[in-house]
Formats: sequence, structure tokens, C-alpha cells
Amino acid sequence: MVPKRHLWIALALTVIAAPVKAETIQVTIDKLVFSPATVEAKVGDTIEWVNKDMFAHTATVNGGWEVMIPPKKSASLTLKAAGAVDYFCRFHPNMKGHIAVAP
Amino acid sequence: MLIRHTAALAAMLLLGTAPLAQAADKPTDPQIAHIAYTAGVIDVEAAKQALKKSKNKEVLAFAKDMVRDHEAVNVQALDLVKKLKVTPEDNDTSKALTKAAAGERAKLAKLKGAAFDKAYVDNEVAYHKQVDGALETLLIPSASNAELKSLLETGLKIFQGHEQHAEHVASMLK
Ligand SMILES: [Cu+2]
Repeated sequence: MVPKRHLWIALALTVIAAPVKAETIQVTIDKLVFSPATVEAKVGDTIEWVNKDMFAHTATVNGGWEVMIPPKKSASLTLKAAGAVDYFCRFHPNMKGHIAVAP
Repeated sequence: MLIRHTAALAAMLLLGTAPLAQAADKPTDPQIAHIAYTAGVIDVEAAKQALKKSKNKEVLAFAKDMVRDHEAVNVQALDLVKKLKVTPEDNDTSKALTKAAAGERAKLAKLKGAAFDKAYVDNEVAYHKQVDGALETLLIPSASNAELKSLLETGLKIFQGHEQHAEHVASMLK
């Protein structure tokens, strides 16, 4: 019989060794508002924008990436770089969001 | 009183500067629905003229965005008036807007190339600004039905967004 203590150590090691699982974080767009407007994520996570409007929107970073989000559809982006970015909708620049990406 | 209110509202829509009409002179929901719908139709028509005349990539993309968004708003507006059993009511403000827009289109029809692009985009900035002002200070506060008010609020955000988008396109044409 394996001593109980060893089992616990084995379990603890498994938990520590397992890579941090990437998550999908949803941002809803309703009536030209991104919510939540600010998101905290880490490299490897995916942001999924769920567009409830009848209007097409974008999530655009000046000099960076752009995601097109068609009316009543969803669109995703996997975060590849750490750092904080402000994004906006190119069609309606009054729509703004922020993502803080931890390494 | 009706003549005074519509004249005041028309002046405000056209100049964007006239003081608020008095509370007693508020437009009714059927009139508000008609004004808002007309404001969208006018911008779609302006965009269709630009799609025919312009060769500038940014201007063409902007005009396509205007057609797509304003048609989407107006589909929602028509669904709503049907649901509420409201018949949009033509009025002097809608008529003044339509007349001013026809004048603007005739002016733009005579222009070509970069001169057309600049005049179209500058007018888009000014037009969206005027409609923003009217929505914010008169149409939204005057609307009595909650769903109509909510649609007008979404319309305001669309118009404000387009105003900023038009300003961005204008800055790229310089
Ligand atoms: Cu947008």
C-alpha cells in the first residue's frame, strides 16, 4: 500500500506541473457597447466577441490587429503577445474596449 | 403652435444651434418616428450618390458603411412602428430635411474627383452632427414610448459613431 503522504505529494506535483489552461473570455456587444469594456487575460487566451446588434462592428487596435464582427455573429482572437491594448470599432469609433494581457 | 414647433425644430436640425423648443411644442411619437426614419433615408441616398461618383477607396468604404448601418436602423424602426401600430406622420421638419438634402445632392452632383470626395465627407460630418443634436436635445426627450426612445438612443450612438468615422475619413483626405 502506498503511504497516503506519497499520494498527496504525487497529486500536488501533477497540479503544479500541468500547464495553465487557456481560457475563452466572452465580450458581448449590445447596442454599440462592449461589455465588459475591460478584460484581463493572459497570453494564449481567446477573446470571443458576441455581437447581438444588427450592425457590423470591428475590434481594432491602431497599428495592430483587427477582428471583423458581423451582425448577430461571433468572432474570436487568440492573444499572442503580453501587454495592454486599447481597441475600438472602426465603423463606430465611439465604441471602446481594453484588454490587459498577462504573460 | 404646430407650425412654430416644426419651424423651430427644422431650424435646429438645419443649423444645429437653435435653442430647444418649448416643452409644449414637443413633436409626437408618429412625427418623431417619421423624422428619424427620414434622417436615415437621407444619409443612405447621399451614400448612394457617393458610391456612384467617388473613386476613393476610403470614401467608398465609408459610404458602404452608411448604407448598411442606416438601412439596418430603418428596418428596426419599421418593425417597431408596425409592432406599436404607429403610423409615421409626415411633418414640416421631415419635409425641410428632405428639401435641404435634395439641395445638397444637387450641389454635390456638379462636383468631381477630390472636390466631390471632400464636399461629401465634410457634409457627412456636418449632417451627423446636426442629427446628433436633434436626437439628443429634442427627439429622445420628446419620445413618450419607451421602445421608441430606446431605438432613438441606439440611433444616436450610431450617428455619433458615424460622425467620428466621417471626421477620420476627412482627416485622411487632407
Ligand atoms: Cu461598431
